[in-house]
Amino acid sequence: MIPHKQYSPDGKPIAFAPEVLEKVRRIIARYPEGQQKSALLPVLHIAQEELGGYLAVDVMDYVASLLGIQPIEVYEVATFYSMFYLEKTGTYVIEVCRTGPCSITGGEKILAHLIETLDIQPGQTTPDGLFTLKEVECLGSCGTGPVLQVNNRFHEKLTPEKIDRLLEELREMAYKNRQESTSWAEQYS
Amino acid sequence: MGGAILLANIDVPGIREYGIYRAHGGYSSVEKALREMTPAQVAAEVTRSGLRGRGGAGFPTGLKWSFLDRKSGKPRYLVCNADESEPGTFKDRHLMHHLPHLLIEGIIVSAYALGAATCYIYIRGEFKYLVGILENAIREAHQHGFLGKRILGTDFSLEVYVHPGAGAYICGEETALLESLEGKRGNPRMKPPFPAFKGLYGCPTVVNNVETLAAVGPIIRMGGDAYARIGKGKSAGTKLISACGSISKPGVYEIEMGLPVEEFIFSPEYCGGIANDRYLKAVIPGGSSVPILPADLILHTARGEKRLLTYESMAEGDMETGTMLGSGGFIVLSEDDCVVRNTWNLTRFYRHESCGQCSPCREGTAWMEKVLYRFEHGQGKMSDIDLLARVARNIEGNTICPLGEAAAWPVASAIRHFRKEFEEHIIH
Repeated sequence: MIPHKQYSPDGKPIAFAPEVLEKVRRIIARYPEGQQKSALLPVLHIAQEELGGYLAVDVMDYVASLLGIQPIEVYEVATFYSMFYLEKTGTYVIEVCRTGPCSITGGEKILAHLIETLDIQPGQTTPDGLFTLKEVECLGSCGTGPVLQVNNRFHEKLTPEKIDRLLEELREMAYKNRQESTSWAEQYS
Repeated sequence: MGGAILLANIDVPGIREYGIYRAHGGYSSVEKALREMTPAQVAAEVTRSGLRGRGGAGFPTGLKWSFLDRKSGKPRYLVCNADESEPGTFKDRHLMHHLPHLLIEGIIVSAYALGAATCYIYIRGEFKYLVGILENAIREAHQHGFLGKRILGTDFSLEVYVHPGAGAYICGEETALLESLEGKRGNPRMKPPFPAFKGLYGCPTVVNNVETLAAVGPIIRMGGDAYARIGKGKSAGTKLISACGSISKPGVYEIEMGLPVEEFIFSPEYCGGIANDRYLKAVIPGGSSVPILPADLILHTARGEKRLLTYESMAEGDMETGTMLGSGGFIVLSEDDCVVRNTWNLTRFYRHESCGQCSPCREGTAWMEKVLYRFEHGQGKMSDIDLLARVARNIEGNTICPLGEAAAWPVASAIRHFRKEFEEHIIH
């Protein structure tokens, strides 16, 4: 579902910071002339991370304008891929693998522990806006299950104790206003 | 691991960096190929090696390359499939994490053979951290003259770019991958035309798996004939097997093809036996899409021969009593693991990952999941077992891409070999 048109609460125009925009332009230039649309997935990752943690309609429209494509071309892609969020998320998105091998090695217990500790169901965000809990399919980490990702960073061979420590670390990180992982923009040369 | 080819230097400290990789013979295949061989000779060497696609299909790589349209006058593309999303499979991640330069080296030699000036590495978005590792390796290769314009002073130029996906299993299918790379939804294309004629941007394109491309460097170094002598018959060379589930030592192992399954599961050198001293119940040996086999049939074929880790031996007995080597995603189930629950779980995966284009897959995966959910939650009926088998049959062969089969085979094989377990779920 595409959410209704939203405006940034502070009324500021939606745009990348200059150094990020420079990176985005270099990414777009990796594809042949006339094929700028190819940069859509990499740019949407950066947009989601830099511009509010999810893909609001305004953010998607901005990306469309950068790539010179129709907004609908962005919407139809954003709704297809599970890593793109169409609704506001918490600061930390905890994505627990639920597929076969992780399930065999105790993934269900990990999810149950998170549901109990955070007191939310998968798909929900804690009232303090810190954590969103999600169930996801195979993360390609089957030999080190059970596994989850927080903002696309792996946490493997999990136990309930490890989860408790992780949540504590994340709370501390939020308090110090630090990022959980290297940003998408920083991944590119 | 004796006789390792891809992972031979994995334990060398710092092997991820260019300098150390180079000091251990890295990029020598690029020098050999570009200075001493024509592109056709490189391709012939790969054909002679017997290398087959390591993503799951096992199609001969040299033959795939030979299909590439070289007369169109359009640019040719090499695309590396690093979408690794098949449950149970985590070998490419291991390879890219530890040996990014091995992949870049293989890409350069392969692109030279194919006459491609651009290569995109399409990597699943969840491997975000690997994007940085690969980009760094590409930057280093550039700095040392192995990428960019006029590589090693020849006429050959190549740029390699990393392109992240965003969470869609279907994008591992090569035409869905190309759609996704063009910035669209990952809906597989009708074939023909095959990517070799109309691939990326309508141009001739070869899509190869990470492990396949990584093997090209060593093949050029040692020669195709030497590589072909490793392994067994038409299963030449080594294969990365990612082992997981209820075993003592999950991990990625490089095996010489021909290794008996029994040795792989029970030897301390590999899986180290079943976890917690349980019995082996079943194995899904090639990623979640391939048929599940019970212990007796995975260890020995129906004819009583030892089952070997080769494309041929794994398939011995076809759908009735065989399975497939697939991607090498080796999922082991012990007596404590429930086949019905695992089948429901995997079917839920396919329901979630079906792109929705073809009705048999979109509707069929959803119905199979609903019926399996009933079994798992004590509401199954005896007639449901045949209903499930019928739905699975109606998906198979009726879809644009192989996701249909990938979803149907696990269900069909689970019923074939573990019917009793389904019945027990109804009675109890």
